Amino acid sequence: MDFIQQFINGLSLGSIYALIALGYTMVYGIAKMLNFAHGDVIMVGAYVLSMAAVKAGLSPAMSIVFPVVICMLSCTVLGVTIEKIAYRPLRNASPLAVLITAIGVSYFLQSVALLIFGSNQRKVESVIPKFSVTLGEIHLSGEAITTLGVTVIIMICLALFINFTKVGKAMRAVSEDKGAAQLMGVNVNSTISLTFAIGSFLAAIASILFVSSYGFVGPYSGAMPGIKAFVAAVLGGIGSIPGAMLGGIILGIIESMSKAYISTELADAIVFSVLIIVLLVKPTGILGRKRITKV
Amino acid sequence: MLKRFLALAMAGTMALTMVGCGGSGAENDAAADDGSDVIKIGGIGPLTGDAASYGVSTKNGAEIAVQEINEAGGVEGKQLELLFEDDECDEQKSVNAYSTLMDQGINVLVGSVTSACSIAVSGESSQDGILQITPSGSAKECTATPNAFRICFTDPLQGQVMAEYIQQQGLSKAAVIYNNGDEYSKGIHDAFVAKFTEAGGEIVADESFTSGDVDFKTQLTKIKGSEADCLFLPFYYTEVAYVSEQAASLGLTLPMFGCDGWDGVIKQLNGDTTNIEGGTFLTPFVPTDPDEKIQAFVKKYNEKYGADPDQFAADGYDAIYAIKLAVEQTGGDLSNEALIDAMTKITLSGLTGDMTFDANGEPNKSAKVAVIENGAYTAKS
Repeated sequence: MDFIQQFINGLSLGSIYALIALGYTMVYGIAKMLNFAHGDVIMVGAYVLSMAAVKAGLSPAMSIVFPVVICMLSCTVLGVTIEKIAYRPLRNASPLAVLITAIGVSYFLQSVALLIFGSNQRKVESVIPKFSVTLGEIHLSGEAITTLGVTVIIMICLALFINFTKVGKAMRAVSEDKGAAQLMGVNVNSTISLTFAIGSFLAAIASILFVSSYGFVGPYSGAMPGIKAFVAAVLGGIGSIPGAMLGGIILGIIESMSKAYISTELADAIVFSVLIIVLLVKPTGILGRKRITKV
Repeated sequence: MLKRFLALAMAGTMALTMVGCGGSGAENDAAADDGSDVIKIGGIGPLTGDAASYGVSTKNGAEIAVQEINEAGGVEGKQLELLFEDDECDEQKSVNAYSTLMDQGINVLVGSVTSACSIAVSGESSQDGILQITPSGSAKECTATPNAFRICFTDPLQGQVMAEYIQQQGLSKAAVIYNNGDEYSKGIHDAFVAKFTEAGGEIVADESFTSGDVDFKTQLTKIKGSEADCLFLPFYYTEVAYVSEQAASLGLTLPMFGCDGWDGVIKQLNGDTTNIEGGTFLTPFVPTDPDEKIQAFVKKYNEKYGADPDQFAADGYDAIYAIKLAVEQTGGDLSNEALIDAMTKITLSGLTGDMTFDANGEPNKSAKVAVIENGAYTAKS
């Protein structure tokens, strides 16, 4: 019984990692950069959600829709703005410079949140109606079911979008070769902007589900989930959308199981060891494809 | 020529002013020594910075006590004077603040408010031999020197007291979760486990987490699978809020107990205490306590500072009254040895409980607990 419940705990934790990892992998797959500020966009989204929820004196349906829409809008705008101000000027710089900038943006967002909201954790009311399913001794919370469902739906939509729409085709072209894509008439800048918009939109959804599961947000709330999700994306094969999903779920289950049966203190160490082992054995991750560079 | 004259004149003025300063300083020292009509109490605590709320509360509480005593005619015919210095919760600055206060000729020291600073200051104050009372330094080492006393409970003592309290409620199988990366949490946990098992209880689940964790479902699932009849959570209110919500989502409904770090949990939960209803924690002070003395203090504090006092304010208030009693005990003798000796002889009936002090500087007082009921803290003894 205990084992099944721990498995479910891992699954609900993993589906949050998967959702965040989808944003990471999407941006990396197309723009070829690690957006380390992704976790912090989630944190900002959670703060926006908490403020929008407080101010809304609307009908029950609207009091759910309003904060959600505001949260999605502000995250998307934030993501596009970050891209424009911090990443676009570095489009032709070395990947290392962009990576460092992303870390800078991450610290910037954390510090701004610290200045405005202080270091205390802030309670955020869940916008997902509370329900739970009980089977014998197994408790399945509504948030966990919703998170898992939403993550699967988003994964499918994202895969369809990238593989079967014209914009998706442009994205794939940019990811293959920016220069060649531009020659073929693809607007590289706007394609990358759109990628960031979608990535940040995913961050908004992640923040909604994250605060529904945990209920609180602080300036550093996005940091650790962000790093774990990055590990999940690498584990599944960074750039691969089903890989992010798989990586996230596996990571959540490993974390939950090592906490339950090995040691709480070692859980994080075990999670990161898994990353190292996977990278040693299969550097492209579980579902990552090896790209052959032709000279 | 004129310039030179001006410069000379200014230098002369400056020299004179400095002589003036030195002179008045010497007078002050002399006044303190031969016991004039003022008892100078030095206070040290963070008035700015991250821990500012602790220091400000302590200072406010202490000021109310000083005002009350002075209005009632002082102690042994002498008025009290409180000189409070900011240490920004920094050990070096705390020691500097101590030197500043000694230069002003203080007779006793209240401080520092936080543990690490208090320990740093006692390194200096023990050499001078001055009586030092920390209102809220809970680390064990705060009273390591013979001149140091404290008002609050130590961390291990909190664990022991709660172990006894839980067993008095007829509960014998405890599940514990603690923060392995935090001295405070670990200190209470270790003492609790030792005391609980020694008194015949059983620790059926002993789980830990590390600072920054937000997911406690794994630990709570294990506890749910154990035979525990109560849950002891010795850590700060931020994590307590997480644990209470997640326990509810897993259908875990054990009675919950905690330490003084819980103070603030209702605010953290935005007043919605459904999942922590009945939660009981050790605390030196509850502002809603119907006790007359406490209500009078809460009223005065509210009039003067426009807020409800917290445990730090109560600790500061009690520290001043401990000094008053000590001075009465010596009959007005302000020498360090007499005051330190008197501390072990007094019985203080303070806001944070009735207490006596042993020669190690530890208070001996009964525990007070607060219960979370209908969105408020209710005092229970």
